[in-house]
Amino acid sequence: MEKNVTYIALFAALIAVLGLVPQITLATGVPITAQSLGVMLCGTVLGARRGALAVLLFVALVALGLPLLSGGRGGLGVFASPTVGFVLGFPVAAFVTGWIVEKWRGQIGLVASVAAFVGGVLVLYAFGITGMAIVLGKSWPAASVLVAAYIPGDLIKTVLAGLITQGLARLRPHAVLSRA
Amino acid sequence: MLTLTSLRETPLHRLPAGWKLAALAAASLWLFTLQSGAALGVTICATGAVYLWLGRDIAARGIALLRPLWPFLAVLGLWHLWIGDMAAGVFLAGRMLCAVALANLVTMTTQLEALIAVLTRLLAPTARIGLQPQVLALSVALVIRFTPVLMDKTAQLMQAWRARGGGRANWRIVLPVVLIALDDADHVADALRARGGIVPQNGLRPE
Repeated sequence: MEKNVTYIALFAALIAVLGLVPQITLATGVPITAQSLGVMLCGTVLGARRGALAVLLFVALVALGLPLLSGGRGGLGVFASPTVGFVLGFPVAAFVTGWIVEKWRGQIGLVASVAAFVGGVLVLYAFGITGMAIVLGKSWPAASVLVAAYIPGDLIKTVLAGLITQGLARLRPHAVLSRA
Repeated sequence: MLTLTSLRETPLHRLPAGWKLAALAAASLWLFTLQSGAALGVTICATGAVYLWLGRDIAARGIALLRPLWPFLAVLGLWHLWIGDMAAGVFLAGRMLCAVALANLVTMTTQLEALIAVLTRLLAPTARIGLQPQVLALSVALVIRFTPVLMDKTAQLMQAWRARGGGRANWRIVLPVVLIALDDADHVADALRARGGIVPQNGLRPE
């Protein structure tokens, strides 16, 4: 019980930290925020239920007014802005990611990458694009064009999520609760 | 940790948080159903008037909080310039800015404790399906406490990285950060258990 609560809370804090750390740069020099990487890791490491709860806790704290989203954004205004779909989709993305890692008992790094792609890209963008279409009053295809620029960065993050989860499975096998 | 709530007490701070949230929900619903530009214009003016009534500092802060929206304003502007319907673009931009400004107003004038109290009250019925409000309160406190702690430790890791001549930290920093988070979680769980643990209200310890 205590371990569940502290893992969920610390991973919520981890998502915040990954969003606030600015200096992460890819080899090509493209700066990316690692916030969605944090969401993917919640799923791949904690599994479906705990991962989704950790992300839900993070989203709740953003709603309560803590500036935890990348760029120091937060508060109820986030839920009226065009990026609302991404924020609301975060917990679902973590749940789907974690569910795949729990069910598909293949090589952990590969499984985590594929799961992060399905949850953190396919599911997350479905939510994100829908939110943007509603707030900006555009059609779904038009809204998807607006977010296309971010997809390459997120594809890289799915690979990183796989590598990091694999590293964790080697260093702290008992901590990868999705496979416990 | 820094919150977005204004430290200076305004008349809106004294209103119950539940009322403000209900009013915000109603106002947002109104904004997203209204069709006429005149109705939107009146709503925007009313929102601006409330900001100015609360004070220049609140108004300035409110404008600063809208700044992250500029890329979307640019997109809307270009889009509607392209299809030649600027009026619709201005309407959508105004609606978005007004909805975000109203929501920010509630965030700026409501203490974190008051919002946590509303959340706990809303979640009270979930106690029947096993979710306990005091566990939620503990989790919120843990995140608020540990975000700056984890932030500091991450900054130290990055400094150590640079000191070893690794240049700017890249994605490889994430794995040690996750390890720190996991170890902290284990330590805090041990500490909680040593102090009697999280005892649910029905007195039974689930494991």
